[in-house]
Amino acid sequence: MAVIVTAGLTKAYPRVTALDHLDVTVGEGVTGLVGANGAGKSTLIKILLGLVPATSGTARVLGHDVAAEGARIRALVGYMPEHDCLPADVSASDLVVHLGQMSGLPYAAARERTSDVLRHVGLAEERYRPIGGYSTGMKQRVKLAQALVHDPRLVLLDEPTNGLDPSARDDMLGLVKRIGEEFGIAVLVTSHLLGELERVSDHVVILDTGRLLRSSATTDFLHATGSLLVEVQGRPDADRLLGQALVDAGLTARPAGGALIEVEVRDETTPDVVRDLTVDLGLGLVRMQERHHRIEDVFREGAAGSVHPV
Amino acid sequence: MSTPSESPVAPEPPGGVIHDLGYRPYAGPRLGEATVARSFFTTGLRNTYGLGRSARSKVLPMILLGLMLLPALILVGVLVQAKDLLGLDEQIVPYSTYPITTQLLISVFVAAQAPALISRDLRFRTITLYLARPMRRSAYVLVRFASLTVATFLLVAAPLLLMYVGGLLAGLPLARESGRFLGALVGAALLAACLSGLAALVSALTIRRGLAVAAVIVVLLVSYTVVVAIQGISYESGHETVGQVAGVFSPYTLVNGVQVVLFDSPEATATPPEGAAMGVLYVVATLLAVGGSLAGLMARYRRVSP
Repeated sequence: MAVIVTAGLTKAYPRVTALDHLDVTVGEGVTGLVGANGAGKSTLIKILLGLVPATSGTARVLGHDVAAEGARIRALVGYMPEHDCLPADVSASDLVVHLGQMSGLPYAAARERTSDVLRHVGLAEERYRPIGGYSTGMKQRVKLAQALVHDPRLVLLDEPTNGLDPSARDDMLGLVKRIGEEFGIAVLVTSHLLGELERVSDHVVILDTGRLLRSSATTDFLHATGSLLVEVQGRPDADRLLGQALVDAGLTARPAGGALIEVEVRDETTPDVVRDLTVDLGLGLVRMQERHHRIEDVFREGAAGSVHPV
Repeated sequence: MSTPSESPVAPEPPGGVIHDLGYRPYAGPRLGEATVARSFFTTGLRNTYGLGRSARSKVLPMILLGLMLLPALILVGVLVQAKDLLGLDEQIVPYSTYPITTQLLISVFVAAQAPALISRDLRFRTITLYLARPMRRSAYVLVRFASLTVATFLLVAAPLLLMYVGGLLAGLPLARESGRFLGALVGAALLAACLSGLAALVSALTIRRGLAVAAVIVVLLVSYTVVVAIQGISYESGHETVGQVAGVFSPYTLVNGVQVVLFDSPEATATPPEGAAMGVLYVVATLLAVGGSLAGLMARYRRVSP
């Protein structure tokens, strides 16, 4: 079921066009929204929450129109802003309880849910101390907790890994994956780092200066770039022999430096074809490994010159 | 001889097992707009007196509340103990005058607590978390204004209640006192709304709390001082109309004037409003002050980016 559907969504500010006729469909599970800074990710999220009106076009979130039913949507959606938004002088526990009530939970339920979500995001005893003394990682967890406290059907996470060190970043990405898989809450997570999202998202949407560059399942990306590195021995020109045989068999193969051959993966049977051909030629297969491929490779090779993965 | 009682097989010692229940969805009720607004109002009201906040933020509002009550307590004590001795047959200080007498305390309270309630959400950008929830922007503004107004009203009305109860105990006539007291409560509500509107508007224009505190203090104290000075001069020089018009420009003299007009309360200023036209001016000015502050707040929050 589509969680978010936009059609011709456009947002023009006096100087810039933040979104340009965007048609995107987001389903259940974790969806990564990728783009350079200023690509329109945050603008899209604010339109989806009904906080900023679109210039033209329509968007529906969980079946509700963003222009007419903003309040309904905001009751069903959790939002984690990109920027700091936590008051320094209250404890995480008190804040999340209060915001749970603001989302319509009765007080007792808000307390119980707060205790649950703070445990899920990994905030222990420090939840009773004022937020002012928290590290960036802890603050990000509180921001995530307040987005989950009312058990939303969808969470919009704007750059949740911003400012985190590598290990905190891994923790946060792990949490994002858990929210989509274990909690059963649809997730739209933005990042300007393409590589970050391949690990957690089922689907990736790429924005570039307000336009949709690409939207497809993460596995498609990996599949398309999939290639095998093959090393064979037995004869001095073993690699050329195998390479020729692979090309004859209809595969795309090219020398990859040294005695290595890089073979494009066409489908599931490609490794078997490589193995069989090697055996047929009487060569020894030293190794066959998946080439380390990432989503950004697609865009490096593709036309997306303006998306710069870091 | 006793047979050793058969000791039952001890059960497995309870190990400290933590059960991870996993994620539990929430299936309970979700409250509507009105209930959410009420809960937001209550939290704001409590926060204004430092309840539910750090111990440090309770100090100032509680001290101010104590200082507001202290003179009333003394007045009541004198009234009860020495009513016959001094030949008193009414309150020593009229209800309607009390807020003017204690205007410094009230101004400090409003100046300190309006930024705590208003600037805080803007400074930390917590406003985004509210806007991302079902409550509308206008509801946010109205509820914040209401919390501050009721908190200020409680500060102004608490000593009046003390004086009223004390007056009845001292044997002052019930009907007359009740009438005056109710009039004073209306005045306290108007004063609270005026002060809160002004202070909230000033606080919403800056994200720096210190600046907001100073600005509110300056606006309230300077306006009051200037108005009182002008009224004094105009009274001395016989140009009372000037003083009457000037009275519109400070919430304290304005609301006191309204009480003079509406409830025939004893005046606390040198040049209280006289005549129907001036009375209408005072009432309209009060409504404009409250309405204008609210309109300004709405306009300000329409431009707050989420």
